[in-house]
Amino acid sequence: MAGILVFFIPFLAAFLAYSIPSNRYRPYVMPAAAFGHLMAAITLMQSPARLSAEERWLELDPAGQTILISISVLFFCCALYAPAYLYHRLERPNRIFCSCMLLLLSLMSLVPFIQHVGLIWVVMEATTLCSGPLIFFNRTSRSIEAAWKYLMICSVGIALALLGSFFLAYSTFQIENSNQLLFPKLAQSASLLSKPWLRAAFVTLLVGYGTKMGIAPLHVWKPDAYGETSGIVGALLAGGLTSCAFLVLLRIIRIMYAAGEAVWTNHILIVMGLLSMTFAAVFMSRQKDYKRILAYSSVEHMGILLLGVGIGSLGLWGSLFHVWNNALGKAVLFLSSGNIHRAFGSKSTDSVRGALHRIPVSASLFLLGFIAITGSPPFGPFVSEFAILQAAFFAKQYKTGALYLALMLAVFLGMGTTVLSVIFGEASKPVKDNQYKDSTLTVGPIILLLLLMLIAGVCLPSSLGAILTNAVAFMEVAR
Amino acid sequence: MDIATKFLLMVLILLNFSALASSRMKAVIRLTAIQGAVLGLLLLSVHRHFGITIILMCLLTITIKSIIIPHLLDRAMREVNIRREVEPILGFVPSLALGGASTAFAFYFSQALPLADPHPSSLIPPASISTIFAGFLFLTTRTKAISQVLGYLILENGIFVFGLLLVGKIPFMVEIGVLLDLFVAVFVMGIILNHIQRTFSSIDMDILSELKE
Repeated sequence: MAGILVFFIPFLAAFLAYSIPSNRYRPYVMPAAAFGHLMAAITLMQSPARLSAEERWLELDPAGQTILISISVLFFCCALYAPAYLYHRLERPNRIFCSCMLLLLSLMSLVPFIQHVGLIWVVMEATTLCSGPLIFFNRTSRSIEAAWKYLMICSVGIALALLGSFFLAYSTFQIENSNQLLFPKLAQSASLLSKPWLRAAFVTLLVGYGTKMGIAPLHVWKPDAYGETSGIVGALLAGGLTSCAFLVLLRIIRIMYAAGEAVWTNHILIVMGLLSMTFAAVFMSRQKDYKRILAYSSVEHMGILLLGVGIGSLGLWGSLFHVWNNALGKAVLFLSSGNIHRAFGSKSTDSVRGALHRIPVSASLFLLGFIAITGSPPFGPFVSEFAILQAAFFAKQYKTGALYLALMLAVFLGMGTTVLSVIFGEASKPVKDNQYKDSTLTVGPIILLLLLMLIAGVCLPSSLGAILTNAVAFMEVAR
Repeated sequence: MDIATKFLLMVLILLNFSALASSRMKAVIRLTAIQGAVLGLLLLSVHRHFGITIILMCLLTITIKSIIIPHLLDRAMREVNIRREVEPILGFVPSLALGGASTAFAFYFSQALPLADPHPSSLIPPASISTIFAGFLFLTTRTKAISQVLGYLILENGIFVFGLLLVGKIPFMVEIGVLLDLFVAVFVMGIILNHIQRTFSSIDMDILSELKE
């Protein structure tokens, strides 16, 4: 029942938002729908998902549970922020914006339920299509360019994922009577799948969904899209949509483990993870645009997710926990950077300095978000990132662990230079004359997100802990 | 593997080459439309038994790939008033040569992947991979936005060809979903194309280079 609600509440709200004529009142549909969605998602978390799903197309598995709750909490906080944000841009029609946001939420909440290889592709492609219009909400030439790049690159990437899904389907030809391309079924009969096709499928799917996730070197759309879009959309894409793509990859990785390809798969994941972190560290240094730097931070964290899965055991736990931390952390950074952008009217550190004097609350939140996401205690990301490091050393992968640590440090320095120069120093004059001030509605949701991250770091709630343990067991059972 | 399927796959590969060699937008739109029709016929010739779902799929494929999408593109082309690909990044002769080389590679590469019993020496994997390459080549070497959409369509056609191997594996609902996504993708791309035209008064992708490192 609650499973139906998490899809239909935002889906119907999208149409409701489309039918409301008033630009002023339309955005309030979002927090209302988000509240309903959150309640339904929490209900779903109460009952642990079964490890062995039946032969059904729609079934919430433990890995899906972790993703669904993070998306729901993320969207709830973004939705609280949305009316205040859109109030500042009343001159622009927000009908398409509100509908696309809600439609995106409904599709993203559908992904954790889908167990069919083909159907999950259809929905993932649909998420690309409805996030395209969100990126060019600003209608500037730069945002149109970013939307075009996003749409083209992600469509081509996801087309390759379709090819990978076909490869995966073809690998089942040796098995008699296996007409169902369901993830649990495939994992069950994984040892019978044709090895060359399975490996070809994994690589193609990694490239396809990896493009959507934005791992290097397939991340080229990310800085443009995240840099040009509004903070709220950036938060939703970086914290929610990437997690969905990661979930699809997790299910495929589970099949690979079940097929006895764990060593080969993990090796690729570790290499891709470290490569993403390296790209992020290199492009972050001397980056003047403080929104683009968030995009590179996202590339880094996608790398961490893959790396954690590749290292396995405790690393896998860290990785799944990091999905949650990444969602919250990215939302803090994107929303507070959106506030700074609005106060100064520029994204470059050349003209934005001393945000702490201009809008103290948003600036401090931006700083705290930076401290949290780079893995400083006592926030959640510290716990998950440290778990991955520990796992690397436990598994005697000293080189991987050392490289991981070094790259984290490089990212910290690169990102820190930009972030600190935005926050401290003498306040520069805003590019456009504006009276923008922090208000409860524009900083409240960010404080809430930061608190959640703090709670996750200091004392992990037992319910979330149980979901994570369940998800790790789900992934490991295949080995 | 019967003669009709082989013939259709050959036509498909030849269409790739003529698309790579052509500078006129309209011609390439026609070529992708013909490819769409070929794909529809391939469905019939591969599946043999003409069930209701196969016939429906065939009709849907032809309607979307060779009628609706070319129509959308034709309209977009008229609105932005671009007829030719004037300055491709790679000339027509080199891109044709690369297309040929990639087709040869596709045939070589397909040998590495073992085919299951029902189709021991099928042309389908090499035809699919070479079409994907051709689409990718088209997409990356042309500068006009419409050309990029056309390249994406050719690439998608190549993937569709591979789907022919999966007789009865991919459910009807998913196939329809894939086609629907393709249609919406081209539709959304058309809208953005229009905005690009209005904002930049050109759809030359070279102008779209404000966002660079």
